[in-house]
Amino acid sequence: MSQRTAVGARPVPSLQRGRGLTLAQRQARLAWLFLLPSLVVVLLVALVPLVQTIIYSLTDKRLGSVEATHIIGLKNYRFLLSDGAWWHAVWVTIEFTIITVFFEFLLGLLIALVVNSRFPGRGPMRAAMLVPWAIPTVLSSQMWKWMYNDIFGVVNDLLKRVGLIHQNIAWLARPDTALFAVTSIDIWKTTPFVALLLLAGLQVIPDELYEAATVDGASKVRQFFTVTLPLLRPAIVVALIFRTLDALRVFDVFYVLFGARADMTTMAVYAQNNIVAFSDVGYGSAISVLIFVIIGIFVVAYVTTLGVEQS
Amino acid sequence: MSWHNRVSFERQLHQRFSRRQILKGIIVGASAPAVSALLAACGGGGATPTPTQAPAAQPTATKAAASPTAGGMTPTSGMAGATPTVITTGTAVTYTKDNPPAVFNADQAKKYSNQQITYYGDSVGIGAELDQILAKKFSEATGIKINVVPKPQSATENYATYQRFFSAKSADVDVMMLDVIWPGAFAPHLLDLSQAFANEIKQFYPTIVENNTVNGKLTCIPWFGDFGMLYYRKDLLEKYGFSKPPETWDDLEQYAKKIMDGEKGSNANFVGFVFQGNAYEGLTCDALEWLASSGGGTFIENGKVTINNPNAVAILNKVRGWVGTIAPRGVTTYQEEDARQVFQGGNAAFMRNWPYAYSLAGGSDSPIKGKFDVAPLPAQPGNKHVGTVGGWQLGVSAYSKNKEASIEFVRYMTSPQVQTYRAVVGSFVPTIPSVAADPQVLKAMPFLQSLQDVVRVTRPSRETGDKYNQVSTIIFQGVNQILNGSDAAQVLPQVAQQLQRLIG
Repeated sequence: MSQRTAVGARPVPSLQRGRGLTLAQRQARLAWLFLLPSLVVVLLVALVPLVQTIIYSLTDKRLGSVEATHIIGLKNYRFLLSDGAWWHAVWVTIEFTIITVFFEFLLGLLIALVVNSRFPGRGPMRAAMLVPWAIPTVLSSQMWKWMYNDIFGVVNDLLKRVGLIHQNIAWLARPDTALFAVTSIDIWKTTPFVALLLLAGLQVIPDELYEAATVDGASKVRQFFTVTLPLLRPAIVVALIFRTLDALRVFDVFYVLFGARADMTTMAVYAQNNIVAFSDVGYGSAISVLIFVIIGIFVVAYVTTLGVEQS
Repeated sequence: MSWHNRVSFERQLHQRFSRRQILKGIIVGASAPAVSALLAACGGGGATPTPTQAPAAQPTATKAAASPTAGGMTPTSGMAGATPTVITTGTAVTYTKDNPPAVFNADQAKKYSNQQITYYGDSVGIGAELDQILAKKFSEATGIKINVVPKPQSATENYATYQRFFSAKSADVDVMMLDVIWPGAFAPHLLDLSQAFANEIKQFYPTIVENNTVNGKLTCIPWFGDFGMLYYRKDLLEKYGFSKPPETWDDLEQYAKKIMDGEKGSNANFVGFVFQGNAYEGLTCDALEWLASSGGGTFIENGKVTINNPNAVAILNKVRGWVGTIAPRGVTTYQEEDARQVFQGGNAAFMRNWPYAYSLAGGSDSPIKGKFDVAPLPAQPGNKHVGTVGGWQLGVSAYSKNKEASIEFVRYMTSPQVQTYRAVVGSFVPTIPSVAADPQVLKAMPFLQSLQDVVRVTRPSRETGDKYNQVSTIIFQGVNQILNGSDAAQVLPQVAQQLQRLIG
C-alpha cells in the first residue's frame, strides 16, 4: 500500500502529507482534488452570478443612472409579491409548462416507440425528425407568426379549405387562442428532443426481456407496462426535468410572438423587460431570484416524487 | 494491488456521491446558470428581434421598417406650417450621391484639425453609405479625422451600448445618433449645445427642439424625422365616390366600411384600415395620434398625467370598435411591417404608417404602385391634424475629449445643405421646414407638400427621462388591452394610476 502503487503513479504532495490517514480518507481526498477544477468552474459561472443577483435584488440599482445605488432591504420583494402583473406572468408560464411538457412527453414517447421499431429508412427518418429542433427558436417563431397571420396565414387557409372554419381566425390576437398557438409551436419544436432522449432509453432495454415476456404469454400491452415503462424510467425522468426547466424559463417564442403584451408575458420576459427596457436592475434581480426559487421548487418536487435514486 | 485500489476508489466515490446527490448537484448547477443565463439573455438580446424598437428608423432604401422611435412632449400648435427664417439651402446645386455639399464651416473647423473624433452613425443601407461620404468630405476640408462606427442596428442594443459608455464616462465616443425618445434619459451625459447652436437652432421644427431641450439644456440637434401619416387607395376612393381622403376619424370609419363591403365580394381578405396595434412602442405612437387629434391630450402634460379624460375614452373605444370590423382582428398583433404587407398586397383601403412605406409601396414590384397616396391623419372636428414624431438626432458626449471638433462636425451634418442632400439622395425627412419646402426635396418626397401643416406631436420622453420606457409600456399595454376588448373607461383610470405612481 505504498504510494508507488497508487493509480496514476505520480505522488501528489497532499498525499505525502496525508500519512497516517486511512486509505479511504486518502482516496476521498484525491477524489476532491480531481473534482476541484469542475467545482471552481461551477463556482465562477453559476454561484458568483447567483450571489451577485441576490445582492442586486436588495438594492435600487438602475442601469446608467447618475444617482448612487442604495440598499433597500426587502422592498423589491415586498413590491413583487403584491405585483399583479408578475403573478399573472407566473400563471402563464406554469400553464404553458404543464401543457407543453404533457404533450411533448406523450407524443415523444409515441414517436420514440415507432422509430425504435425496425423499418426501412429508419436512419433518414430519425435525422428528419430533428429538423424542428435544429431551427433556432427565433426563426421558427417568426415563421409560425406568419403562418398564424389572420389575413395571409397558411393555417387559416388550410382550415378553410378543409371546411373546419369559415372565417379567418386571428390566432395570436385573441386571448382565447393565443396560448394554444404558442404551446403548439413549442410542442412542434421540442417533441423530437424528448423522442430522442426516450429513444436512447429504449435502445438499452435488452431484447431478451421481451422474448422472455412473450414466452410467458404477456401481451404487447402488458409488455409495454411491465417491461418498457419501468426500464424507461431513468430516461423519462431526465426528459421531464429537462423539459420542465426549459419551459419554465421560456423567453424567445413569447418575445417574438407577443412582445410586451401584458396578458402573454412569461416570467423570463417580465424579468427581461424590467432589467433591459426599464433599466431597473434591482427589481429585475428580485424577479430573477424568485424565478430561481420557483424552478428550484419544481426540481425538488420531481426529484422526491419520481424517486431519482432508485432509478 | 493497483487494480484493487482502483475498484475501491470507484466504490468510494460512488458511496460519497450517490446518484441522487450527483443528480441534484447537476440540476441545481443547471438552474443556477439558468438565472445568470437569463440575465445574459436579457442583456444581450442576441439574435432576438426587438419589437420595442421595430426595425430601423429611416425611410430609406434599406427597406427597413420605420421605427416608432420618437419622443416627446406636448403637441405644439401648427408647428410645421409656421416656417421660420428661410436659410439658403443651396437650391441651385443639384445633389447627387457622390457630390455632397461643401463644408461651409471649414475655416472655423480647421482650428481643430489635430483632433480626432469617433462617430456612432447609421448601421446599414444608404444611411451608412452617406455617413462615410459626408465624413470623408468633412475630413478632407478640415483635417479632422473621423472614425465612423456603425451603431447597433436594434434600438434596444443601441440604447444599452450608449448606457455602458456613459456609465463608464467613456471618451471612446464623441458624436452619436440619438433616437428622439432618448434625450430625457441621456441628458446628464450629453454636452449642452445651446451656445454653439444659438443661431442655427431657430431654423428647426420647434417641437423637436423642445423635445431635445432638457431643463434648458440643448442635448442634441434634430437630424432627420419621421411622422405618422395616412396612406389611402386613391383608386378605391374614386370607385366608391369619395372625392378626397377622410377628414375625420368618423369619415374614415364610414369610407372604410363602404369600400370594404364593396370589395369583400371579390377579395374575402379585404379590410378597411390597418395600423400598429401590437403591444410595443409603435402603439404608443398610434395612440398619441388618436388622442391628440381628438382633444384627448398627450398622456402626460406639464408633469401631470392627463391620459384619463372623456375624449380619450371616446376615441379609444371607437378604435376598439374597429378591431374585427373595419380593421382585421389580428391588428392587435401588427407592427409596421405587418400593416405594410397587408396594404401593399392590395388588401386594405387605409393604413397608418411612417414615410418609409411610401417608396416601398410605390416600388416597381408593388401591386398598388400608382394607386395610392398619402394625407394627414384624420382629426375629430375642431382638432388639428397630427403626426407622432419619430427620428434621429446628433449629440455630443459630455465625456468627449474633442468637443470643439465634434460640434463642428454636428454643425455640418445637421445643416440645411446636408439635410437637403440627404433628403434628395436618401429620402431622409428633413427636420428644417425650409428644407422640407425645397422643390428638389419635394420632388423626391412629394408627400411632404400635403403634410406641411400637420402638427408634429412628441411622446412624453423628455419629462420622464430614463423612466420613459416604463411609461410607454404602461400606455401601450393598456391601449392594447382596450383594443382586445376592454372598456377604455375602465382601463384608462388604471393606466393613469400606474403612470402617476411611476412619475410621482
